[in-house]
Amino acid sequence: MDKGGSRPPADPVPWKGLLAFVGVVLLLGYPFVLTAPFPQHLMIRIFLFAALAQAWNILGGYCGQISLGHAVFFGIGAYASTMLLIYWHLSPWLGMLAGVVLSLVATLVIGYPTFRLRGHYFAIATIAVGEIARVLVTNWPLAGGAVGLYVPLLRESLRTFEFHTTKVPYYYISLLLFVAVTATTSFLEHSRAGYYFRAIKADPDAARSLGIPIHRYKLLALALSAAFTAVAGSFYAQYVLYIDPESVLPLMLSVIICLVAVLGGVGSLWGPLLGAVVLIPLSEGTRVYLAGMGGAGRAFDLIVYGAMIVLMSVFEPTGLVGLWQRARRAWR
Amino acid sequence: MILLQGVVNGVLLGLVYALIAAGLSLIFGLMEIVNFAHGQHLMLAMYGAYWLAVLYGVDPLLSLPLWAFALFLLGVATYWLVIARVLRAPMLAQIFSTFGLGVFLQSLAQFVWSPDFRLVPSPLVKGRVEAFGLFVGIPELVASIGAVVAFSVLYLFVTRTESGMALQATSEDREAAALVGINSHRMFALGWGMGLACVGVAGVLLSNFYYIFPEVGFPFALIAYVAVALGGFGSIPGAFVAGIIIGLTEVLSGLLIGPAYKYLFVFLIYLVVVIVRPQGLFGRY
Repeated sequence: MDKGGSRPPADPVPWKGLLAFVGVVLLLGYPFVLTAPFPQHLMIRIFLFAALAQAWNILGGYCGQISLGHAVFFGIGAYASTMLLIYWHLSPWLGMLAGVVLSLVATLVIGYPTFRLRGHYFAIATIAVGEIARVLVTNWPLAGGAVGLYVPLLRESLRTFEFHTTKVPYYYISLLLFVAVTATTSFLEHSRAGYYFRAIKADPDAARSLGIPIHRYKLLALALSAAFTAVAGSFYAQYVLYIDPESVLPLMLSVIICLVAVLGGVGSLWGPLLGAVVLIPLSEGTRVYLAGMGGAGRAFDLIVYGAMIVLMSVFEPTGLVGLWQRARRAWR
Repeated sequence: MILLQGVVNGVLLGLVYALIAAGLSLIFGLMEIVNFAHGQHLMLAMYGAYWLAVLYGVDPLLSLPLWAFALFLLGVATYWLVIARVLRAPMLAQIFSTFGLGVFLQSLAQFVWSPDFRLVPSPLVKGRVEAFGLFVGIPELVASIGAVVAFSVLYLFVTRTESGMALQATSEDREAAALVGINSHRMFALGWGMGLACVGVAGVLLSNFYYIFPEVGFPFALIAYVAVALGGFGSIPGAFVAGIIIGLTEVLSGLLIGPAYKYLFVFLIYLVVVIVRPQGLFGRY
């Protein structure tokens, strides 16, 4: 890191380890300290969106394929677990697994043709795929059409994946989800696939000429990304207990997923969390404080998001993580 | 007869699509950047026409030149403030600079003007005419005629005038154009101005008969992407033909299969075209 050589060697006190330990204790203890529903709800949404943005990051940040249609996979997860529970009385946990399998099938259907497209073409294709999925589900009576589906109320337990009196289990499940995606991403960073992803992002032609099977690795990135997004979709359905095309399949969801990732810092491990920590409280806060303004209050957070994204793209495309690194360099 | 009526409606609609797509295509052909805020720019023009009509009683048709010019200025400003700074940035930054702008404009419209649906009260052009047993809405007719006129002006500008030639030269080869003394920054700014002026004209024409709300631009923008891909990125005549094909597809599939599915087929066209013939009908790539 320090090429100047003027810096002393690493600290004798393992600050990093200590800091991580304190962080873990704080995260695990949080729902016992802040027992009110709102702070817990806030953290659940932060973890959910950090996980979604991290999943998007695998494909968009590391592999450089910009998807504006990730709501498709979220919707697949949400509808798979809910419909299997309603029609076959299948446990949502198994439904979640089914959602993953279905999202992998969707990956092949979507990825195989669209990965021949480049850059802007691919981004627009993902919007088209997302809109097609939304139209199809809205007109599918078995999926509740535009009205949506209620998740049947069952006795609360970990087995049924329903908790009506407390949000604490949801807190830990969403935390676990985020940790799982981040651990996968962290593993990828140093694996062969991770290097291939970055090579594809930097220059697909050069990557191909070096013998990297780029289609296969793009599909791998999409599959990983889609699977985690589907899991998050099932989690959302079990958390809110109601889904409809406007809540789990809208373009705006795809947009927010990538805004979180892009604002935090694409292609970096902690960017998605940083993005979620900044953006989600902002949107939850405006929703609460500007609720009196009717529909108008809903948009305020997005005004700020939009402006931030434009400023980021223009001045610091590496996101908040890049800004943080720049600040640290300046401070030293 | 119903089918013939559908064909007429489809062509009328398609001509407006063609104008919106032409603006997008012009910008893309020039610098290979997609304006992801295209629909929101359209929305701004529609609101502009609406507010002038409501607050000062100026009919949209009369305020059309004003909004075309305002959008032209907005395009030039957008280029200098945002786009010029991401020209050499990674594609991700290019996509999200205009995409973020779109999110910003749409949310701002929702915040300032609320999500209500609005309609211009008693516009100058209204009602419908009947000819050969076919009904044609006059506002729709005026919109498509206006679109054709604007389109022709754009086409003549690009192919016949010196600035248009310089624009074409820049889109062919930026460096070579610079060598013969064409300032590519100025050409890009001109392209953004012209591109947004097209949406400005289209927006005002649409405001005569279309509901106006913050998300109104989005489907139009999606259709414009499809039209540009179908016609060939950067090809202005391509955008014209593609706009009509898409208008026809939308109306006819809505008629024959069901209104809920009309956009489905439009998006399917996009996927089929970019996979089977990525350069589009008239594209260079």
